[in-house]
Amino acid sequence: MQVGYFTERPYRWVPEEEVFRNHGYFAVSNRFFDREKAADDYNYFLDENCYAEELGFDAVALNEHHGNPFCMGSVMNVEASILAYRTRRVRIVLIGNPLPVIKHPLRMAEELAEIDLISRGRLVTGWVRGAGSEQFFNNANPAYNRELFNEAHDFIVQAWTRPGPWRYEGKHFHYRHVNPWALPYQKPYPPMWIPGVLSPETVKWCAEHRYPYIGLGTLLGPTCDLWDYYADEAAKQGYQAGPENFGYLIPTVIAETEEKASAIADNFVFGGGQNAFSAPQFTVPPGYNSKGAIRMLAKQNTSAWLGVSGEKLMRHMEDAEEESVDYDDVRRKLRAGLDKVKSNYQVIAGTPKSVTEKVKTILRVLRPGIFIMFSVQGPVSNEERRTSMRLFAQEVMPALKEYAKEIDLPDPFSRTPGSVKLAAGTSRIPVSDRGPLAELGLR
Amino acid sequence: MANWSEQTVQAAGHELALIRGGSGKPLLIFHDELGFPGWMEWNERLAERRTLLIPLQPGYGKTTRVEWTRSYRDLAGFYAQVTRELHPEPIDVIGFSAGGYIAAEMAAACPHIFSRMALVAPMGIKPGEGEIMDFFAVTMRQHLHATVADPAATPEYAKLYGGQMTPERFEAFEDARAETARLGWEPFMHNPSLPYLLRGLKTPTLLIHGTRDAVVPRGCIDAYRAAIAGAQVFEIESAGHRPEIEKPEEFLRAINRFLAE
Repeated sequence: MQVGYFTERPYRWVPEEEVFRNHGYFAVSNRFFDREKAADDYNYFLDENCYAEELGFDAVALNEHHGNPFCMGSVMNVEASILAYRTRRVRIVLIGNPLPVIKHPLRMAEELAEIDLISRGRLVTGWVRGAGSEQFFNNANPAYNRELFNEAHDFIVQAWTRPGPWRYEGKHFHYRHVNPWALPYQKPYPPMWIPGVLSPETVKWCAEHRYPYIGLGTLLGPTCDLWDYYADEAAKQGYQAGPENFGYLIPTVIAETEEKASAIADNFVFGGGQNAFSAPQFTVPPGYNSKGAIRMLAKQNTSAWLGVSGEKLMRHMEDAEEESVDYDDVRRKLRAGLDKVKSNYQVIAGTPKSVTEKVKTILRVLRPGIFIMFSVQGPVSNEERRTSMRLFAQEVMPALKEYAKEIDLPDPFSRTPGSVKLAAGTSRIPVSDRGPLAELGLR
Repeated sequence: MANWSEQTVQAAGHELALIRGGSGKPLLIFHDELGFPGWMEWNERLAERRTLLIPLQPGYGKTTRVEWTRSYRDLAGFYAQVTRELHPEPIDVIGFSAGGYIAAEMAAACPHIFSRMALVAPMGIKPGEGEIMDFFAVTMRQHLHATVADPAATPEYAKLYGGQMTPERFEAFEDARAETARLGWEPFMHNPSLPYLLRGLKTPTLLIHGTRDAVVPRGCIDAYRAAIAGAQVFEIESAGHRPEIEKPEEFLRAINRFLAE
């Protein structure tokens, strides 16, 4: 099993009430941006990722968001380039580059090839469609989001594999001279891992391409359902999906005592947390979701991760009139909500001992070949962040690795995703174990 | 009520849903970016002397998408084919908001397609002053509220949007928004070449503008007037973006007078 470290690189100095007032992190005015503090933090987060290597994590994962204090990584490839040079062993996992909003796949192919070369083949490159708000920020037409994603991906694979120069006249992209001089160090190109929040279209696409799918803190029950969907699609492609096809990223905080860990974990809901990533009107841009997804979401009332819940959709339709808000009350409700999220295993907080047990349960249920610790959000000190990382690496990770061996969780490097053939007419074997869910009162 | 119905016609290689109602000389109507809201009082009154033909825009739920259309100019080209097939003689037209943009693009490409053209709060040309409201970046409720100056004083607004928002209604809105984005996301709801292509147009043109329109600024009206020599402007005091339901009397007076000229 591959164990990764991930942080959103939160801008820790944004006034929480501004996020509340704005109904989300996206579009909080950059007049609240402090250059000195940001300079310190960009350097700090690079150091933190180097520290993850030092602690023995297999991978550091980066992501990208725009115009949003929730995540300072607006140009993730810049950070990845620095880490490629500064680190020596750790894999650099990009989850992922938002292809439709960057709108320049040839440039993307060149940037990533350079990163892979500088790191001597440690790049894992993932792709995303970009959150709803990114479509606004980058003026990327959301109605073509899926088409742009597919075309950009296919183009990049071609740019890395088909000797140039050649000409490209696609639907959305056009290049008269494709011949990137720098090609990736890894042949034919770096592995691709795809993060997601349970969009069935993305899961199907991953299964077809044999790319590992990484669930981003999604509820365990629905994640099992999606794993099944992946595995069914994989079977249609003639292979048996296994741990090498699945990854899971989960908010995790560790401290010396349960109380301390719990207090730090409260920062996952700072400003409203992930559900306050952007206000509803920016979360559901026109045409961004498939008709099926819109229909499904409009009928459901579930919590969500950077996606959108049915409740949010309804708010988008009937948003309440502005009223005076008691922010302390909002904070109390958010903390109360966090307790529920913790009991659902969507946030893991505790001492090394309790965290080990909880993560082992997750591993048993989801059987992922990739596990990524998502470090705490909000205004948490460098020291507390590093303690959490250290305790995870030194006291939790060894036990998890041992357990992964015991229950046989190969990762995508020890077993190539899609390499286990499944003869036509043969039933696939289960890819998750729902057993513990009932014991824990989860579905 | 006038005799009206939804029909399906074969035109321009596509199955097009169309509202047809009333009697008399045909009058083509292009609905706005939110889709055909339903047969309203102004439809009823106009249908007393005209046959209203209201195509339901492809991609808005009733008519399937026309895959090759990627801009309002493309859509106008499609509608021009439809119009030539259904009514080869010049026809009178009213276009509302984005529907005005469609009509103007058609007139620019086919200067003889319309006998008279009324554009109500038309998008399509970048205003010299002000901006076309970015209705994609607000909640649906904010968008709808912005379309009328005084929702409380607009009975038909309550009739249209007063009920419960259901998943089905949401889906219909999403269809309309998605198709509008496909065609008009960038440049947002205008075509920089349109004013140049409209130069020399001889079609008698009426521009209707509500003085409290929060969606399409007066600058759009001025830009159209500069592009189409002789275009008349009719202002409706205190109306917003939907004078046809906000001030139906004034709206109908202006339209009837113009169409009778």
